[in-house]
Amino acid sequence: MQENRSPIMDRIAEANKAATTGIDAKDIKDWITIYIMGKAYTVPADLTILTAMEYAGYKFVRGVGCRQGFCGACATVFRKKGDYKLQTGMACQTRAEDGMYLVQIPFSPAEKAEYDITKEPYEASVFIKYYPEVTRCVSCNTCTKACPQDLEVMDYIQAAIRGAFDSLSEVSFDCIQCGLCAIRCPAEIVQYNVAQLGRRMYGRYGQGVPEHLRKRVKEIAEGKFKQDMEKIIKCSTEELRKIYTEREKEPE
Amino acid sequence: MAELKYIEGYPENMRQEIEKVAKTREKRISYTPPAMTMKERDEVLKIHPDYAPGGKREIRVGPNKGNLAPNEVVDLLEAYPLIEHGDVNLSKIDYDADILIIGGGLAGTTASLWANDCGVPAERILLTNKLRHGDANSIMAEGGTQAADRGVDSVVKHYIDTIGGGHFANKPDVARTLVEDAPLIMKWLCELGAIFDREENGDLAEKLAGGLSVKRMHSCRDYTGLEEFRVLRDEFRTRQIHCLEHYPAIELLTEGSRVTGAVLWNLETGDYKIVRAKAIIIATGGYGRLHIRGFPTTNHYGATFDGVVLAYRAGAKLRDIDAVQYHPTGAAYPIQIVGYLLTEKLRGSGAQPVNADGEAFVYPLEPRDVEAASIIRECYVRNKGIITPTGLRGVWLDTPLIEIKNGKGYIEKAFPGMIRMYKRYDIDIRKDPVLVFPTLHYQNGGIETDRDGRTNVEGLWVAGEVSGGVHGKNRLMGNSTLDCLVFGRKAGMSTADYVKSQKGERKIALDHLKNYVQKLQQAGVKETRRAPIILPDYRGKAALARMIDVF
Repeated sequence: MQENRSPIMDRIAEANKAATTGIDAKDIKDWITIYIMGKAYTVPADLTILTAMEYAGYKFVRGVGCRQGFCGACATVFRKKGDYKLQTGMACQTRAEDGMYLVQIPFSPAEKAEYDITKEPYEASVFIKYYPEVTRCVSCNTCTKACPQDLEVMDYIQAAIRGAFDSLSEVSFDCIQCGLCAIRCPAEIVQYNVAQLGRRMYGRYGQGVPEHLRKRVKEIAEGKFKQDMEKIIKCSTEELRKIYTEREKEPE
Repeated sequence: MAELKYIEGYPENMRQEIEKVAKTREKRISYTPPAMTMKERDEVLKIHPDYAPGGKREIRVGPNKGNLAPNEVVDLLEAYPLIEHGDVNLSKIDYDADILIIGGGLAGTTASLWANDCGVPAERILLTNKLRHGDANSIMAEGGTQAADRGVDSVVKHYIDTIGGGHFANKPDVARTLVEDAPLIMKWLCELGAIFDREENGDLAEKLAGGLSVKRMHSCRDYTGLEEFRVLRDEFRTRQIHCLEHYPAIELLTEGSRVTGAVLWNLETGDYKIVRAKAIIIATGGYGRLHIRGFPTTNHYGATFDGVVLAYRAGAKLRDIDAVQYHPTGAAYPIQIVGYLLTEKLRGSGAQPVNADGEAFVYPLEPRDVEAASIIRECYVRNKGIITPTGLRGVWLDTPLIEIKNGKGYIEKAFPGMIRMYKRYDIDIRKDPVLVFPTLHYQNGGIETDRDGRTNVEGLWVAGEVSGGVHGKNRLMGNSTLDCLVFGRKAGMSTADYVKSQKGERKIALDHLKNYVQKLQQAGVKETRRAPIILPDYRGKAALARMIDVF
């Protein structure tokens, strides 16, 4: 039996157990109180809102996705005790703090326009056509304040109105489409869908397919690599190992 | 930990350790440790979680009986189903589709678009998701997508890198398709409006990555998978392809030896839906949430191996299921982000792994298994790791080197996601290194596929991480999003072709399940586990201990 254990692996598993099996109260020294939809829970101090709720006993089927700040599923609204400010964040990316009152907004009802980007003109009119409400923007900047990615949301909506596809794309690029901007917007604009349309237009028309890529696709279709490829896939593992070890590397 | 004093995100003792890294940085600008020889690689791999003893056992039933797999995988392959023959009413069919796609990440979504392009009407395709459409590992892919589209590169070079990284265990014709279709996929994405990083002259910007011989990695800042996916989802929604969310598949339906449908389960209300389909594409992704060998993971919440469990019961053959990928650089500090991915693009851009003495101890771009094993060796054999306040060990990833090599402002431009993640914990990755340790990242093997995404079971296709063969025993960076896109496309085209030739009535039944349960019983497997598990459970132990099932 002895060779069927690895002490190193056992040590690694033990060190990681809080992240893999749920937290045991006996491992915790510091505690805070948070209010999930108004109800008080005492939870460990070093958690995110997401893991604090799990500690409290919630098993998520909504309001959770990637758990690492990419998918936008765990939009959360909270207020801290004694603070007038309504704040927003992703539950998986926001530290749970003592005295937080919170609720998740796992879904935001939003219109998404249907368009065929291959048939649209590369001009500002595309936004007016599909999302005419962008012109209702009153530049209040509430969307920007709501953005958990700290994007300048209002700026990219203004860029859309001007037809500045490049700056819209630059500013909105890190959007995770959580919907918090749209929920807060007094003009009822769905900012993240506007940005999606704008970025696709910029990708297709502003950037396009570069020549070297077009050329390579053509070369493959014409069979430029066919012979070499057929030779290589027939090689034995030994031959391949040699080719692999001896292959040249492009310098950094 | 209230008694700890923090200085810019790090407790005092770690701050002192960081000074050692800063001290040697100047010297390390021009020094990179040499790449290992094949012999050195073999030596260090002995400590990789895949090769260290005690992690695997033989599968006792099914098409891969006798093969070795991680214990956590065998647990699920040998688990009993959630439903039994007779538990569900199969006489009422809720959805009758030409193509059922299970799993809406990059692979499933790509498959739906290409099936539609090949003439299957939007309303005859059904895409079902466990969580929301896009809650998948795909959108978390930070680093990039490989495609050999520069003049100095070739698809042959891409092929050699891929199979060398895969320990020459890849299926040759499948790996060939991967590399040959890569440029075409890049062109498709550009035409759909995906925004890739560019050079000044408009060419695609390309970087090196672990195991690559040529700069071939295309990226979209550090949101590559997110950008690729949200463009495809936008196109998907525009075409009004039928989509269900929060409806995981809990079993396949069969007629004899072919698959003909699936049972979907409403995650919120608990009721089920019956789908009948002419072809099924499984694109459910991987198994990070099984926490193999107790490792934390980079994977999304739903990565629980469901697709393989379902297909295996229906007779699908698996391959390379013994090979698990641990990403060398998961976050090891602070505790809130343990296991999260720190993209290989950081090392591709000049960041070095550095030990407690401030030494660069490994070539930064070894294949992932070699790099990961080297970091484990540094921490647990050579004892040159750094210990965190919660007892985790890690080595430094010296991120400030990136700006020394690429110029000031580069990190903000290329890694906005990373900056954001660490800023939330008061750490500035431009000024200070970050602590890393390997994390469970990728299912290298899976359901065996051919170059069209077809399995050995009639009517069943696979695409993406759930499949096995294309990556052999170890996937290279930038080949996973590519796998999803290339084989999503292939599976979409191939199923579209197949369904056109399928006429006549199809029966749906659960006979295969009855047979599988019989085999489990014959093998003496006790009825202690059920699968698919659908979601992991992280509820606090105190709360669980006092739970009562009332409703």
